[in-house]
Amino acid sequence: MTALSPPSTAGHPAPPRGPRRRRALIGWGFIGPFMAVFALVFLAPICYSIYLSLFRTQLVGGTSFVGFDNYQRALEDPNFWSALGRVTLFLAVQVPVMLGIALLVALAIDSGRLYGKNFFRIAIFLPYAVPAVVAALMWGFMYGTRFGLVGNINDAFGVSLPDPLSAGLVLASIGNIVTWEFVGYNMLIFYSALRVIPHSLYEAAEIDGAGQLRIISAIKLPAIRGALVIATIFSIIGSFQLFNEPSILKNLAPNTITTDFTPNFYTYSLAFSGQQHNYAATVAIIMGIFTMIIAYAVQLRGMRKEA
Amino acid sequence: MGATAPATATPGEDRAPRPVTGLRTPRPGRRHSVNRPRRSVLLTVLTGLVLVYALVPLVWLVINSTKTQSGLLSSSGLWFDSDFAFFRNIADTLTYNDGVFVRWLFNTLLYVVVGAGGATFLAVLGGYALAKFQFPGKRGIFAVVIGAVAVPGTALAVPTFLMFSKMGLTDTPWAVIIPSLISPFGLYLMWVFAAEAIPTELLEAARIDGASEIRTFFTVSLPLLAPGIVTVLLFTMVATWNNYFLPLIMLKNPDWYPLTLGLNSWNAQAQTNGGEAIFNLVITGSLLTIVPLIAAFLLLQRYWQSGLAAGSVKE
Repeated sequence: MTALSPPSTAGHPAPPRGPRRRRALIGWGFIGPFMAVFALVFLAPICYSIYLSLFRTQLVGGTSFVGFDNYQRALEDPNFWSALGRVTLFLAVQVPVMLGIALLVALAIDSGRLYGKNFFRIAIFLPYAVPAVVAALMWGFMYGTRFGLVGNINDAFGVSLPDPLSAGLVLASIGNIVTWEFVGYNMLIFYSALRVIPHSLYEAAEIDGAGQLRIISAIKLPAIRGALVIATIFSIIGSFQLFNEPSILKNLAPNTITTDFTPNFYTYSLAFSGQQHNYAATVAIIMGIFTMIIAYAVQLRGMRKEA
Repeated sequence: MGATAPATATPGEDRAPRPVTGLRTPRPGRRHSVNRPRRSVLLTVLTGLVLVYALVPLVWLVINSTKTQSGLLSSSGLWFDSDFAFFRNIADTLTYNDGVFVRWLFNTLLYVVVGAGGATFLAVLGGYALAKFQFPGKRGIFAVVIGAVAVPGTALAVPTFLMFSKMGLTDTPWAVIIPSLISPFGLYLMWVFAAEAIPTELLEAARIDGASEIRTFFTVSLPLLAPGIVTVLLFTMVATWNNYFLPLIMLKNPDWYPLTLGLNSWNAQAQTNGGEAIFNLVITGSLLTIVPLIAAFLLLQRYWQSGLAAGSVKE
């Protein structure tokens, strides 16, 4: 990039187009490395994925171009739809619960009414530093009815709590793990956004006779709408990508968590156990498009409210 | 951060009953205004419930890392067993199977240093460019990068695996490191942060003084970006340290496993035929895995929190 540095322009104003072009080159010089790696690990695989999705490989007959056959197969695939239904149900419950708790805690800490608010802020955030693998292992042990916490409670109180890893509850149990992992992270995002609201606004509102709830609804929530929208989008994307927690818990509940439990899990199983690379790529693309549509819709909705 | 509580009013002082000294004027009425609200026991207790929820599993992990494999099965999960095996467990974790855990630890460190370090460097350069330079294609870059965040991991994983396997990169550290080099969130954060933290006039001044762009970047901009850099570094570190899916796909040879993959293989070992159940080592290993990250967050909290606060200003 040093080669781009021009002779001194300080004393001699360069011709009008010069500096602009130079600035453009410098801008690209700075972002170039990022874009080069980005192209290698994001754009190329996406293009390759689209390419793969148009072919089919069979033991007999080799690879042939099949157009959109794979897409049609996916849209008629009950395994795909049940996996998609499962994560949709998951996100409809888990995301509002998680973001709701995160928002309440952020507002509580920001209100300045807590004793030891710094301790709260950092301690509630800590689970974020725990790898999903460790979180799932840990909760998996705790869920155990035999020697885990649930088993302890059953023994201590002579009750028999339902097995958290049974078919009816396993999705909720996974939701609990994900909530535990990310509630503090989202809380911190909201809290950071709340911190930068000018306090003069609160004073003005107070002089006008606004109570705490009114200040929250009229000032704080609108001010952090951007953070709320971003957190929602990231949580939705995360839900659609659900993989780590169910795949780890599968060791404990091999029968309730099937290899097509989530779309991501299904894709993984297709590609790495079933060797169906083309079909796996297709399912992944459909999920990608689906996720982007939902994320975009949420963003539009979030922005419309702003107007 | 934090212009709320005036430094003079520590909570302790606030609550201490003061002797009435007759002549002293009553405290001003706005003492419990929005800027100096009354602390609430009820709210503290309610928020405390979330705190308990966040901490119980970590406490459980610490307690159970002190138990033997048989102690795990026989004692209550929330209290210590009579046999305190914490240090034995640590020693066993580090030496089990010829010390493979230590090997995984070094692999993880390698992936974190090169992957997260590289990701942060690229994000800082890129974010700086987006914030401080006008150049054609800038809006397009941003749209593409943010759009890419929505692409599910597996949509990329399968083709990336196939691509890398053709390039002979699978089952090598590069297969984990190269994809870790891109952090769209890091780029976004640095972009927002740089836009605010670096006054454009300062750059103009440096240019007028004849400093090259490289020099300006390193001597003028980089110090101003420090809190943002720490923030991005911590978050890319977490992402790399905690990465599971990518190594799971890319690596077959346990010698290249990161801690996450290794721990899961230990856990799964109990399910395989004739496999030895070593849940005590899984639990102790889990504890050892999370301690460095928690320590990093606690030690650096002042820096990353201010970086995050500035990063969240923009909508």
